[in-house]
Amino acid sequence: MTAQEVATAVPPEASDSFPADRRLEAYRTMVLARSLDDRCIALQRQGRIGFYAPHAGQEAALLGSAYALAPDDWVFPAYRELVVALVRGASLQSVVDQLFADSGDLTKGRQMPNHFAFRAQHFVSASSPIGTQIPQAVGAAMAARSRQAPIATIAYFGDGATSSNDFHAGMNFAGVFRAPTIFFCQNNGWAISLPRDRQTRSPTLAGKADAYGFPGVVVDGNDVGAVYTAVRRARRRAVAGEGPTLIEAQVYRFGPHSTSDDPRRYRADSEVESARLRDPVHRLKTELLSAHLLDEAGDAKIWEEARGTIQGAVTAAEAAAPVGPLSFFDDVYASLTPRLAEERAGAAAQVPAEARRP
Amino acid sequence: MTELTLVQAVNRALFDAMRSDPDVLLLGEDVGVNGGVFRATDGLLKEFGAERVIDTPLSETGIVGAAVGMALYGLKPVAEIQFLDFIYPAFDQIVSELAKMRYRSGGQFPCHVVVRAPYGGGIKGGLYHSQSTEAYFCHTAGLKVVVPSTPADAKGLLLSAIRDEDPVIFLEPKRLYRSATGEVPDGDPAVPLGRARVVREGTDVSLIAYGAMIPPTLEAAATLGTEGVSAEVLDLRTLVPLDEKSVVASVEKTGRAVAVHEAARFCGFGAEIAALLAEKAFYSLKAPIGRVTGYDTPFPYALEQLYLPDAPRIAAAARAAMTAG
Repeated sequence: MTAQEVATAVPPEASDSFPADRRLEAYRTMVLARSLDDRCIALQRQGRIGFYAPHAGQEAALLGSAYALAPDDWVFPAYRELVVALVRGASLQSVVDQLFADSGDLTKGRQMPNHFAFRAQHFVSASSPIGTQIPQAVGAAMAARSRQAPIATIAYFGDGATSSNDFHAGMNFAGVFRAPTIFFCQNNGWAISLPRDRQTRSPTLAGKADAYGFPGVVVDGNDVGAVYTAVRRARRRAVAGEGPTLIEAQVYRFGPHSTSDDPRRYRADSEVESARLRDPVHRLKTELLSAHLLDEAGDAKIWEEARGTIQGAVTAAEAAAPVGPLSFFDDVYASLTPRLAEERAGAAAQVPAEARRP
Repeated sequence: MTELTLVQAVNRALFDAMRSDPDVLLLGEDVGVNGGVFRATDGLLKEFGAERVIDTPLSETGIVGAAVGMALYGLKPVAEIQFLDFIYPAFDQIVSELAKMRYRSGGQFPCHVVVRAPYGGGIKGGLYHSQSTEAYFCHTAGLKVVVPSTPADAKGLLLSAIRDEDPVIFLEPKRLYRSATGEVPDGDPAVPLGRARVVREGTDVSLIAYGAMIPPTLEAAATLGTEGVSAEVLDLRTLVPLDEKSVVASVEKTGRAVAVHEAARFCGFGAEIAALLAEKAFYSLKAPIGRVTGYDTPFPYALEQLYLPDAPRIAAAARAAMTAG
């Protein structure tokens, strides 16, 4: 099914358009996200955080999809989706605390930066293995439907994940069971060093949905409004019992795969410069300027405020207490097993007395 | 009390769990219309419907991946893997996702799935219908690993596993599915996880086994009895968390230990038993710790009876322990 056919199958509704009164707010979030990205790369280079996976270039896809979801929907993220968590109400402080793995980190310092989990926002814990969240999103969607909950689940993943066996398993289950799931593929062109055409000979990633018996659509991932509309329609289909949709948001990863990566080994700077001409932040800014919702002075203020907000969160994170030294024994099981209790007691002897806290 | 085979006891546990808790559901290959290739889920589709007894596409990754998502949402899925030998496509979902979800989310996302899988040899199943690879799962923090050996334990332990808060790998000795029969309480036999059971008391040597190795171990103990050797047989029932106290207490009493399992020897569960006893019962030991296990080969088809530990091999290891030192 082509995008056009999907549009026919799901009649457009006024609510499919990005809400006009939230465009400026979306831009503020986008600026916050871009500023956070810049700051986090610097923090990693300075040795203040251990790792970071940037999202620059993908903000419109992230924001457009996040705005299109309902609070009760469930998000199964990969590791560039902190913007989605922010839109759903996770605090910037809790995001930054995760990056610093301090005592404010809701994941208790267990994982590398970018592997968030926010229960209150139905933002499921991210892992590093690629694609594993995809069948999980399908299972959660089946569970929600069995409880008659009118919600959708959304799985975020990249172009590389479409080669994983979990992508196949999840897409296939979703097709067979008509699961209310949105598969949101951010095709950013590169899976670390491998270009999109090293993942598949398929003309589009969205086209893979054909084989599983449900629609796939390609959307300009630099256009926050277009992404919003695509996800709204997919969500309506899902909640109406019409089954899943695969959305391929075409974006470009401006930065490295992560702070451990040097993209100049595998792609030309000119390619990045060319992609930056389609920068989603500039694009939304231009739209707001021409709609007279923003002027240059207002824009400068938004950037300044974003940097200030981030500085506040970084300062607080660096002042926060570290995670408790023996807390890594918690949450392995619902309660400490006898063996873990013994190991924990042994490990306690390694911990300096002044650092021992519950 | 009702006399049941082990597979009937599994079926009864699933029935009771689903009847008492609407959040419990089953998914797997051939579990619905066909009632499972071993009939473990026979009749459940008719009783509970297709929303709760789900015949899935042939994908272990999909079965466990979907079960993880269902559990995150709040249901209590019991996933069936048709044979333990086929679990590996789901290994990533089990060890990277299911086992670590609670931990990596800082306790925000508990993820309780029971993964049932028939395991073990003795049914002429060759390489891929016979293996006993519990050690892979025992080595992964966050999983519980349970292996029943009797119908009553199969029902009681499975009910406990379904009601537990942690993910459980529930390994069913398929060789005993129909050969093991016994009285099973009609209600909840209430067999807690993490508790071993002394099947036969003895004073000279502790035979430590689980699952399908319990019958030959008991046979060996009976033979030893006729020779004047009093063998204690301990059924571990739960490998993780291991009932270390019962293992240590038994060996402190007898001074001799033989660990028995059909899994390969190297890095098998018997190595953990031996290490535990070396650490915590060393001064009670009167003889080296024996191990009777499968061999460090793939599982052979034509010669499986040579591969699998049997009563004579177990008895021989016990005699060696009796004469050592």
